Amino acid sequence: MSYLARRLLTFPLVMLGVSILVFVAIRMVPGDAITAMLGTEAGLLTSAQRAALAAYFGIDQPILVQYWKWLLGVFQGDLGISVTHGKPVLSIILERFPLTLQLALMSMCVALAVGLPAGIFAATRNEKLSDLGVRIFAMIGQSTPNFVVGLLLIYALSAGFGVLPTMGEFTPFLTDPLRNLGQMILPAVTLGFAFAASVTRISRSAMLDVLSDDYVRTARSKGVPKMSVIWRHALPNALIPVVTLSGVEFGYLLGGAVLVEQIYALPGLGRLVLEAILQRDYALVQGCVLFIAFNFLVVNLLVDLLYVTLDPRIRLGEGG
Amino acid sequence: MTSLLSVSNLRVGFGRDPARNEIVKGVSFDLAAGETLAIVGESGSGKSVTALSINRLVDFGGGRIIGGSIKLTRADESILDITLAKEPMLEKIRGSEIGMIFQEPMTSLNPVLSIGTQIEESFRLHRGLTGRQAIAAAKDALDRVRIPDAARRLKYAPNQLSGGMLQRVMIATALACNPRLLIADEPTTALDVTVQAQIMALLGELKRETGMAMIFITHDIGLVAGIADKVMVMQAGQAVEQGALGEVLDRPQHPYTQHLLSAVPHFESGRAARTDFTRKEKETPALDVEGLVVRFKVKGGFFSRAQGSVHAVENVSFKLMPGETLAIVGESGSGKSTTARAILGLVRPTRGSFATHMGSIADATDPSVQMVFQNPYASLNPRLRVDSILAEPVIAGGGRVTAETREKMKALLKRVGLPEDSLDRYPHQFSGGQRQRLCIARALMLNPSVVVLDEAVSALDVSVQAKVLELLVDLQKEFGLAYLFVSHDMAVVERIAHRIAVLYAGQIVEIGDAASILSNPQHSYTKRLISAVPSIDRRNQRFEIDTRQVPSLVRPPGYEPPEAQWREFGPDHRARAEA
Repeated sequence: MSYLARRLLTFPLVMLGVSILVFVAIRMVPGDAITAMLGTEAGLLTSAQRAALAAYFGIDQPILVQYWKWLLGVFQGDLGISVTHGKPVLSIILERFPLTLQLALMSMCVALAVGLPAGIFAATRNEKLSDLGVRIFAMIGQSTPNFVVGLLLIYALSAGFGVLPTMGEFTPFLTDPLRNLGQMILPAVTLGFAFAASVTRISRSAMLDVLSDDYVRTARSKGVPKMSVIWRHALPNALIPVVTLSGVEFGYLLGGAVLVEQIYALPGLGRLVLEAILQRDYALVQGCVLFIAFNFLVVNLLVDLLYVTLDPRIRLGEGG
Repeated sequence: MTSLLSVSNLRVGFGRDPARNEIVKGVSFDLAAGETLAIVGESGSGKSVTALSINRLVDFGGGRIIGGSIKLTRADESILDITLAKEPMLEKIRGSEIGMIFQEPMTSLNPVLSIGTQIEESFRLHRGLTGRQAIAAAKDALDRVRIPDAARRLKYAPNQLSGGMLQRVMIATALACNPRLLIADEPTTALDVTVQAQIMALLGELKRETGMAMIFITHDIGLVAGIADKVMVMQAGQAVEQGALGEVLDRPQHPYTQHLLSAVPHFESGRAARTDFTRKEKETPALDVEGLVVRFKVKGGFFSRAQGSVHAVENVSFKLMPGETLAIVGESGSGKSTTARAILGLVRPTRGSFATHMGSIADATDPSVQMVFQNPYASLNPRLRVDSILAEPVIAGGGRVTAETREKMKALLKRVGLPEDSLDRYPHQFSGGQRQRLCIARALMLNPSVVVLDEAVSALDVSVQAKVLELLVDLQKEFGLAYLFVSHDMAVVERIAHRIAVLYAGQIVEIGDAASILSNPQHSYTKRLISAVPSIDRRNQRFEIDTRQVPSLVRPPGYEPPEAQWREFGPDHRARAEA
């Protein structure tokens, strides 16, 4: 059986585990949907009112029964109804996901476009002043919280250049690409900043390792020009750790970026989850987490498949 | 003859202040077109740095040429001083006029590019070939180094070929544009002896075919005889002696050359075998191995089912007497190290039994068998002091470190020739030879009756090697030790072994007393192994080129090899009958 098929078979198992964890965890938090809705006034409810509300929210039955019902629904493609939005969970998620996906893709592009060349450049200038500059930049990038970067960016643009980031209602890319990019570019740069810093550091160290490998010496002994040595002989060998890191970061970003979405007022997956948790919207939390876990699995699989194309020595699914 | 390369007073330094950290201290030599110069020296003598300076690859390793000149006569008769050349100029010369091959073929080819792509690259760079022409040229290059089935092999990634094949690919790449000078930096050191013989033969033939000049760097003065016209001996960054091959080998002038030549174990076809031991059959063996089988399952498929096994060791039996050395010889993949490891319990045997004089070995904690490993740099924990290292076997054996133990440590250190204050030092403060002495002392801490020496002198320079071998022989006599000496080096084996077992594809193909096997080998593999041993007596000898690969050891589940048929060739010498 092929590696791909085996990997896909593990998906339901992982997701079942994730779903049980979320299901239990969210119910262990003090308070429920009723208290979240009514606050202290929940104490004023009569027991009949409380029972009616509990039945409405679907939390009147034992937890195992609740889980079983929910699971049956999931198998039929039904993630349940969000009590706060009054809409199917799946449709809410799919509404928010394009933005999150776009944001993740854009910040990864920013990160790779900046980080990879910077890391390679630093590696070829090992221990020189320019290398030190890149390394300091990377250190700052990694240690600055992204809300600080976001706020500074907004401040610098508005105070320095009089340009304000496009605000207002979020416009999907397909509706108005220009307006959409206007809204997305700053959040993408904000998220990409720290991401770029990690990519810089990891590609610098991977490149340094590779540049002292024997086959690089061989390439030089053949008279391969410097640029070719770096891009053709060294880089493909240095890419594996970069791909690993980018995969993990990208997977995280697909789970939403709460702070950045908040700063730029973007209706992404991160804020959706946060609100759902605060509201004890169980169905929505469960649906979101399951969806995020699924994305993570897909990204990891893609990363593994990418390894194979990068390095012929890696063969998937061999050995015990 | 005009000079192709003229190096004069070359000085190379390393680090931030190269002048104060000189590795090559004023080396001069001349090389005519078509001539082969061998540079011989031990590790750290500056021979590789000298070679890397000639195409200025030394720059990339942190080195700098701080004096002297390297004058190369180019194809158009103009003379270029490589020490002054700029990088774009050097890129034009590398590969087209100066080719180079390296020690480790396994790591010297780019793992992510097909070998075809890597050979084509030279043609693209220096000949301007593209597309089909480049592919055709690469195929011709592979044909030239006698790689069978070249067209198909072009698409292979380096990990799909053996070390010997990869070194051929390296040679094909280096010779792609017919350079007039080939620098070969220890090109056969990482290879098995029979493969080494093949590569040497190939280099010899290509040299005759193309008329190129060659600089051949080696630590093995025995190899030099087969290929060089001139020899230069280096020590501590200086050329202590140079001259024509015969002059240097037969009438060495400098004491260091004389020392090197006498330290190299010359292979003498069994005449130098030890005669200080006679077997008494009635004696209890120090180690009795009976029907040892080691197999590793090959797994695959959905549930990782066993799809077969690697038959690493197949039905190996021998008796090792107290005070005797049995050498296990064979090439990589022959199962010699696996045998040694199984005896120590480091690998779980599939079948078979071992017995020492203390009874059958139940687990790995039997203190009567101890081991010394190949690489003294890697087999000592760098964070432990010597006293802790020596205490380790005692603690592992369930004992306590007492004043008596410390006395024993001191006595052993003195016995293996290390200073007494060594106990408080760390491994990095010792040289390679000293570390191997430490490893020997560690093995002797528990008074073993059998010591397994797995390539124990292979990583050492020849002069150090000779001294460690001497020590081993002395210790054997003093303590009545039985040695199981695993090695691929026939000349070393001749110096230390009383008996030899030749392992091929996991099986013993020939076993018997050392003198008899080395002087009169019977099995075709033993013959091949012995004829491949380099020797300073075999000047410019030709080898037959042979592209056979070692048979696969992977067998289907349940496979049992046929019963071995043995032929006797003397009182203690028998070989497996061949089909």
